[in-house]
Amino acid sequence: MKTKSLKAILASVAVAALTTGAVMADPVDDDLVVNGDLPIVTQAEAPAYIDGLTEIYSGWRFREDDTRKMQADDFDNSGMIFVEQAIDTWNEVDGTAGKSCANCHEDPESMKGVRATMPKVNKDGKLMAMENYINECRTERMGAEAWGWNDKPMVNMTALISSVSRGMPMNVAIDGPAAPFWEQGKEMYYTRFGQLELSCANCHEDNYGNMIRADHLSQGQINGFPSYRLKNAQLNSMHNRFKGCIRDTRAETFKEGSPEFLALELYVASRGNGLSVEGPSVRN
Amino acid sequence: MASNVKPRVKVPKSAAAGSAVTIKTLISHPMESGQRKGSDGNLIPRSIINRFTCDFNGQNVIDITLEPAISTNPYFEFEATVPEAGDFKFTWYDDDGSVYEDTQSITIA
Repeated sequence: MKTKSLKAILASVAVAALTTGAVMADPVDDDLVVNGDLPIVTQAEAPAYIDGLTEIYSGWRFREDDTRKMQADDFDNSGMIFVEQAIDTWNEVDGTAGKSCANCHEDPESMKGVRATMPKVNKDGKLMAMENYINECRTERMGAEAWGWNDKPMVNMTALISSVSRGMPMNVAIDGPAAPFWEQGKEMYYTRFGQLELSCANCHEDNYGNMIRADHLSQGQINGFPSYRLKNAQLNSMHNRFKGCIRDTRAETFKEGSPEFLALELYVASRGNGLSVEGPSVRN
Repeated sequence: MASNVKPRVKVPKSAAAGSAVTIKTLISHPMESGQRKGSDGNLIPRSIINRFTCDFNGQNVIDITLEPAISTNPYFEFEATVPEAGDFKFTWYDDDGSVYEDTQSITIA
């Protein structure tokens, strides 16, 4: 008798736990409109080639009310401070050719749409992220020194280029010359890394919405990068975040800009095809 | 000497006479606390914005003392009653003696 009632209690506790779990697994139901006039798609049907998801959600939907509010207004979005700094850099002459970004590209608005298709394979068959294109411009056309992947001017510049594409749907190509890189990225996504033996999918596909310690797991979408993180009060590049994730599995990580991370970036970006470009986003 | 310091303010273009408006201000500044050590093991000297004021047509609205614990890019949001058309003047005082200013006009709707 005693055992029976205990079992009943345990069962009800289990049900309660499941219910809480289900509630937490739901992303917040909210709409993002930046500056009152730029609607952002934060939920979409998952692309057909993604087996593990039916709906895709921007990381914005997994953040707290205050954090979400910050991103809805460019004045409150601290990432925009760095976009402003990048506009100064854009107009600054650098390198032996005596050119600035503005000399060739004129207004940063000319970069509209660029972020939505990154990374992509160039005419030489090389997979290129936005950082690669920026450095190609700097070294080959400006005669300037290449920036490091995490250098402030580099991250700021990617934020500026991303900001003019906000609201446009992510649309990276995964077929043709991109196919082998995409396969490589997919392979990585489902491979368990590190002493904790965790793959990207273990958290971001199987457990999004659940808590990982004190944090609410998102789907790991990268449409919001570069991201202003409240924890370090600065913009963070996508590869920097990849590195952080892999480090947390207690593995040796790859380097920012490495072929591995480029392939992973392509695959993860393709998982968010259909979500709007958000960068610079605000996350915790 | 802090670099890349740039004040930003957001004030409505117009308001009804006697109504309260919300003002947002932000200044990009590292707010180096003076407690951290650099890679060479030496203390990084303190460099913060230590005072922020807002005046409306010469009358003080707020006057804030900032302490080292305030984080980078300090942001202030406050309300001010607008009795007449005029100018909001914002002033930030840096430890290094620099003074950053911005002015925004508001009309009566």
